[in-house]
Order: sequence, then structure tokens, then C-alpha cells
Amino acid sequence: MPDGIEDEPVQEESDHREISVAEFFEKNKHLLGFENPQKSIITVVKEAVDNSLDACEEEEILPEVQVLIDDKGDEKARVEIRDNAVGLSKENIPKVFGKLLYGSKFHKLQQSRGQQGIGISASAMYAQLTTGEPVTVYSKQEGEPCHKFVVRIDTEKNEPEIMEDEVIDPESDEFPGDKDYYFDHGTTIEMDIEAKYTRGHHSVRNYLKHTAIMNPYARVVLREPDGNKIEYPRVSKELPDRPKEIKPHPHGVQLGVMLRMIDNSDARTISSFLQNEFTRVGRTSADKICEEADIESGRRPNTLSKDESEQLLDAAQEVDLQSPPTDCLSPLGEDLMLKGLKKELNPEYSTAVTRKPTVYQGNPFQVEVGLAWGGDIEDEGSFEELRYANKVPLLYKKSACVTTKAIENVSWNRYNISQTGNRPQGPLYISIHIASVWVPFTSEGKEAVANYDPIRKEMKLALQEAGRKLGKYLKRKERKEIQEKKRRQLTSYAKEMGPAIAELADEGDPDEIENQIQKMVQNDYNPEQL
Amino acid sequence: MPKKDLANDESTLDRLTRLGKKLRNQLEDSEEDNLTIDTQVRSKSNVEFDEEEGRLSLGDSYSTRKFLNISHARKFMQTTLVANKTKELVKQGRTASIREVYYQLKHSVPGLDENTFEDQDESNNVVVDIETATGAIREDLHLFAEPKGRLFGPITINDSGDSIDCMAMGTSGLAIPSIVDHYEFEEHSADFIMVVETSAMVNRLVEEDFHEEHNAILIGTGGQPARGARRLINIMHNRLDLPVYVFTDGDPWGYYIYSVLKSGSMSLAFQSDRLATPSAKLIGMTMEDIEAYDLHHVTEDLKGKPKGSGGPTKDFKRIHDVMDYEWMQKDEWQNQLQKMLDMGVRVEQQALASQSLQFVANEYLPQKIEQDQFLD
Repeated sequence: MPDGIEDEPVQEESDHREISVAEFFEKNKHLLGFENPQKSIITVVKEAVDNSLDACEEEEILPEVQVLIDDKGDEKARVEIRDNAVGLSKENIPKVFGKLLYGSKFHKLQQSRGQQGIGISASAMYAQLTTGEPVTVYSKQEGEPCHKFVVRIDTEKNEPEIMEDEVIDPESDEFPGDKDYYFDHGTTIEMDIEAKYTRGHHSVRNYLKHTAIMNPYARVVLREPDGNKIEYPRVSKELPDRPKEIKPHPHGVQLGVMLRMIDNSDARTISSFLQNEFTRVGRTSADKICEEADIESGRRPNTLSKDESEQLLDAAQEVDLQSPPTDCLSPLGEDLMLKGLKKELNPEYSTAVTRKPTVYQGNPFQVEVGLAWGGDIEDEGSFEELRYANKVPLLYKKSACVTTKAIENVSWNRYNISQTGNRPQGPLYISIHIASVWVPFTSEGKEAVANYDPIRKEMKLALQEAGRKLGKYLKRKERKEIQEKKRRQLTSYAKEMGPAIAELADEGDPDEIENQIQKMVQNDYNPEQL
Repeated sequence: MPKKDLANDESTLDRLTRLGKKLRNQLEDSEEDNLTIDTQVRSKSNVEFDEEEGRLSLGDSYSTRKFLNISHARKFMQTTLVANKTKELVKQGRTASIREVYYQLKHSVPGLDENTFEDQDESNNVVVDIETATGAIREDLHLFAEPKGRLFGPITINDSGDSIDCMAMGTSGLAIPSIVDHYEFEEHSADFIMVVETSAMVNRLVEEDFHEEHNAILIGTGGQPARGARRLINIMHNRLDLPVYVFTDGDPWGYYIYSVLKSGSMSLAFQSDRLATPSAKLIGMTMEDIEAYDLHHVTEDLKGKPKGSGGPTKDFKRIHDVMDYEWMQKDEWQNQLQKMLDMGVRVEQQALASQSLQFVANEYLPQKIEQDQFLD
């Protein structure tokens, strides 16, 4: 299984089901981001915000996201997330809440935030298990009335159950648009969860700040439990290009995925299965793979045993195939990267580098890096790291992440940045983004990206390129400061020297001599000079 | 006290004024885009040993101090201030210590978070710069330093009108000032001058009446001799035609003191003709003394690590340094130092006390002088 999620209990027989679903959640909650109340609230917000941003971008809507958190006492909170995406129809509700156990269309690869395929359903389950309350969803589609759905997950049938579905009068108190903003279309999700709202590195606030930096075309508002409101403004009306869907590349799939693809395929022969379901496999390549595996290419795919499937996959690794296309990637771009850094950090200098797409193990990926220096950024010794996978901030397991390794691989002192050990120091933010249809996380928790050579190398190159630009700026600044200090010093010295030289020479006017020295100092001043 | 009119005052004023005019001309000259002062390089690379004269001299490499060079600018400013201050001293017929000059000139520079001088070392360095830039020496500039060194012996010296009988100085001795050029020697009955490294040994010799009984002018340097003491030895030797014997510890540091008295020092190589006494001879301690006076049990082991076993460091390093100096190449010096390395020991003047306290005054020194046992 791609997600490594233990799903065996679900397949057990009916009278164990209710326990099984709850058990399933309990067993996997550390992988799903719900191991403690502090992290759980971040996960709930993260899943909803990611969904909202994905949904907006899919329809090319400039995202507006509101996150409202109310303290309910007793370590419980009400979390409300609103967006201005297209909204959900009644038919779409199960899709959104049914992903937990059914999985998504895993064999269609597209760069998106919700790579987990778990979505909001795990949050709903968490809410239900910790407070017993169902989830309320308000949804309005353009030109349609606003629907209010109350949904709970039927743990027995393992399906969402819509308990209430009513149309809300725009004039009523319940209508979300009646609050302090109004969306013509969009979705509001409300749930009560066990939660601990904190500030600091691991917090909702930091998560949203990181999100805002990486999504400068979104407007995000947070209302904290104490009523404090923070707005992360939109600074660009330009959305990144929509990523294209691609099929997997044979060099980039694992056996579990391959087995599911075989199960789901309508192809009548192995050859056409390979050609239809994979990218960069034509008739010739398909035949070569079969030949290499010593498997008859005309057999029906569903006649393949597990061992034969593995043989086929191994054979595919041996056959030379064209690299996968890279137009499936949607980087943020240097321009937006800079806008995001500037608006949230207000640095003195910032620079961004977007590398060309490349491939690891048959998976296309692309690396972007941004550096922000000085200005409002405080010098707290070590630098701050901003890590993103497909525009989603990664807050946990920093030291296990390839981004951290890549940063430590760069000789920062070459760029006029001081170093302690391998780590750069000073008022510096380093932002690293990997965009890929299949980001290789170190574990099922999706919190750190694996330290693969091609990825680390790309990150290092991007960091070096950006580092050179920052270094050049710092060098120039330093030169200028030196020259200015020199001028200041010499100007003052001239005042001392004027009278001394006049007396020593027994001739000349002290003031005139001083002026002559001042002129010399002015002519010498050149801020560009080393 | 009468004001000091030194013999060179006129030429000193002239030299200082020339420095001022040179700077002013650079400012007036539209072709010039910097202020510069040329000074002689005073490092080992520019020191030469004049074998014929037997002393060190400065080569002719010059370095140029540039005002617009940020690492020179501060020193440049200080040089103009000190030069101007010394001109004032010469005009007024006053002498001042470098420390007084330092305090007279020290003030905060307007517009900067710094003073014209932060410590006295800065003004010391500037003075040497002015000396080599103008050719006028510190004494000519009416600057003096703390007295260092003591003198005892059968000589009467006139200092600024006062007669000083150096035989009547008790156990204290005449403190040697940094400027001695105005000394006049009224009368003396001395046969030689003996320069002694340690103060304790001077005390011993005075207590034993060595200076009286042997007609010796005793000069204690208290370690490395100061400029005043060196100048005094030089003028006494030249004007009174007395031989100079040097009595130091038998170690590389002692031998280097001897070499400074005899040939001059690197940092003041430009004044060797005034400060060095090339005919000075070393009376002891020598490595042979250890055998001759049975001092084996009172030697000290050399400190540090020898060459080849992690060294040379400390004493060993100093021995190699001194052996490498161009003016220490005579066989007898190389032999002494090599013997020191071979034996791994040094021997102090005070080691002679192992025989008896009076031994040094009554036997050791008289024997050496009588038998003409000197190292040259």
C-alpha cells in the first residue's frame, strides 16, 4: 500500500465492524497526525486548508480561506474553515468524507496538496471519536441556494451519513455569508474536536504563516480562540499554471501500486495494460518488458500471480524507457516565491531560484528555493527553515528531511554568511519547495522528504545559486559600509590634521588645508570599490 | 632647571618643518591624489650587518604611509599631531616624556567614537615613525622615556649644571635617564666600564666594593638595556677611551643583550652609530666557566623542547634564533651556543655564589681581566 495504512481490520466481518473502524483510527492516528491534541488541531486545519486551496486552484479561483477557532473549554475547540471554492453538491459529500477507507484514484498521478488521499474524513472521524459530535458543512454553489449538511460517519457501514440537509435562508442567522464576510460560492466545515491551541513553531498560526508564504495568491484569515485576528493578505492575482495529470512511469511504481493497477485495469492483455496504464510505454517497450520477464504479453492481466507481477515490475526496471514528461509539475515560480517571502517576512533582501524539472526513480520533480535576509527578520543565531512539499508546509521531523541535509551540504561562508558547524547563521529564512506527483516521504506520517541523491543534489544546486546571489548582495553591502566608515573616519581625521600640518609647515591656512584634505577624501570615496 | 637648548635644535626644527611643507605641497599639487610619508622599513628584512664597522645598519627600503589607505589613516593623523607637538617642544626648549605627549594629544575625535590615541603604544610607534621619516632622533625631538639602568663608579658627571659624584651614590646608584647627550664628564679614575645584566649582581659587586677596588664604572642594565644606557656606554667609551666588558647570564638571552650593546638592535638599527659599542667584549658567563669553576651542580636545564623532538621551543628556539643572526656568525659564538645545546644547560651569574658571595668580586672577575679572558 502506498500509504502503509493498515486496512485489514476493515475487511473483517460485520459484528466487529464498529470496533474495527475506531480501532483502525486508533492504530493509525500517529500516521494521520492525531497523536496529541496539540498536533491534532494543526492537522484538522491543515487538511481543510489544503483541500480548500486545491479545490480553488482546480477551478482557477483566487482562494479565500478563513480559519476560525473557538475555545469550548475542557481541551475542546470548535474549528471552522471556510473557503470560496465551487462548493459541494449533496452527491459530492460522500466523496469528501469517504476517502478514509476507500482510497482515491491512486493510479492517476497529479501534483496536488492532498497527496495523502485521506482528506478531511480522518478529521471528521477524530471529531466524532473525541467529542461525539457530527460535522456540519455549509455549502453553496454559484447561483444555488446554500445547503446545510450535518454528517456523521456510520462506523458500522463505514460510510458517511447525512443527518440533516436543509436549505438555509440567506437572511437567517445560520447563513455563513451573514457573518463578517460573504462568499457567493464555497464551503464551510465546522467540527468540535479535542484540541490544545498553542503558539510557537508547531502551531496553527505558524502553519498558516508558512502556507501564506507559499501561496501568495491566497487570502487567509485566522481568528484565534482569544479573538485575535490575523490576516495573511493576497499579494498576487496570478495563479500558478494548473498541473497536468500523468500516468505513472514504470520506474517509479512499487509492487503494491502495481497490483492495484492490475486489479482496476480493463485492459485485455498485459501488453495493452502496460501501454494504457503507464506513461512512456509503447508497444515495443511493452513487448521488451514481457520478454525480459519471460511472461506471455497476450495473457489477461488478471491472470498474473503476485510473483509474476513482481517479475514484470522488476523486468520493467531493466528496460530503457524515456523519462516521464515533466509538464505535470506546477512549481510556484520565482516571482510568486519572492512575493510570498516579501509580504510575510519583509526582508531587506530576497532571492528565489526555480530549477528545471528532473526525475528521480521515474518520478518527475522540481525544486524551488527562496532566501530572505535581514529587514524585519530577527537574528536569532541560527537560520529559519521553511519546508514545503507541493506547497504544503512541513513542520515536523526537520532533522530527518532532505532539505536540512541539502542546506548542510552548502558552504555558506563562501557567500558571506557565517556558519556554525554546517548551519548558516544570521537573520536568514531558507525556503525549499519540492513539487512532484509523488513526493518520497520518509514515513507514512508525510512529515519529512527522503534523502534521495537526485533530490538533495537539485536542492543543493538551487541553494548554491540563490546563495551566490545573496552573497553578492552582502558583499556589496559590506564594501559600501567599509567605504562609508572610511569616509567618516577620514573626514574627522582631516579636522585634526588641518591645523597640525599648517603649523608644522609654517605656512598655509588651517581651514584651507583641511578643505584640501576633505576634497581628497571625497574624491577617494567609491562605494563599489573593494 | 635651565631650558634645554640641544646642539641639534636648529636642524631638528628644519627637519620637522620640511615634513610639514612636503605634506602641504602634496595638497597644493593637483596631480597628487593622496598624502604620503616615507619611512624606513625597520624589520629584519631591511637590517644589514656592516662587518667593517661591527654594527647593524638600516638598509634603504622605504615604506610609504598613505593617508587614504584605511589601515594607515589613523597612524597618519597621529603622526602629524605628534610631529607638531615635538616641534612645539623644541621651540619652547622643554623636554617631555612620551607619556606626557600622549596625554597632551589624547582627546576624542569629533564625529567618531574613538580617541586620537587609545594607548601609549600608539604614540610610541608614531615617534619611531617620525624619527625615520625626518632623520631626527627621539632625543633631538626633546622626548624622553622612563629612566632605566644604574651607574656606580669613580667618575663625576655634570648634568645640567649639577655635579654628580658617582662614587658617592650609596647602594642606589645614578639612575640613567633616557637622554644623556648633555652629560659632561668632569673627572674620572676608571680603568674600564663593566655592564652587568642583573640588578642583583650589581648589588653584589657594589657591596664588595668592586668598583672602588678595581676602578670600574659599573652599569646595571636590568635586563635588556634601554636607549639611555646604551647611549651612555657609547659616549663614555668614545669620550673616555675606556674598554667595555659585558657580564651576563650564560644563556641565549644574555648573549643577545651583549649583541645589542655591541652591534645594535634591529628596531633601532638606524641609530647603531650612536647606540652600539662594537669593541665591547663578553667577560662571562661562558660555557667553559662551568668546567673551570666547577659549576655543574648549579646549572639550569634549558626550558622547552629541542629541535627534532617537537621543538625547538622556548630556550632552544632562542638559541637557534641567535645562532642564525648574521652578526653572531663568529666561531667563538657559534661554539658557545652549540655547547649550550650539547650540554642542555644554561648558567646564571648568581651561580658563582655557590663558591662564596665574594667569589665573583674577588676571584672570578679579577682573574678574567688579568688573564684577558674575553669573548669578542
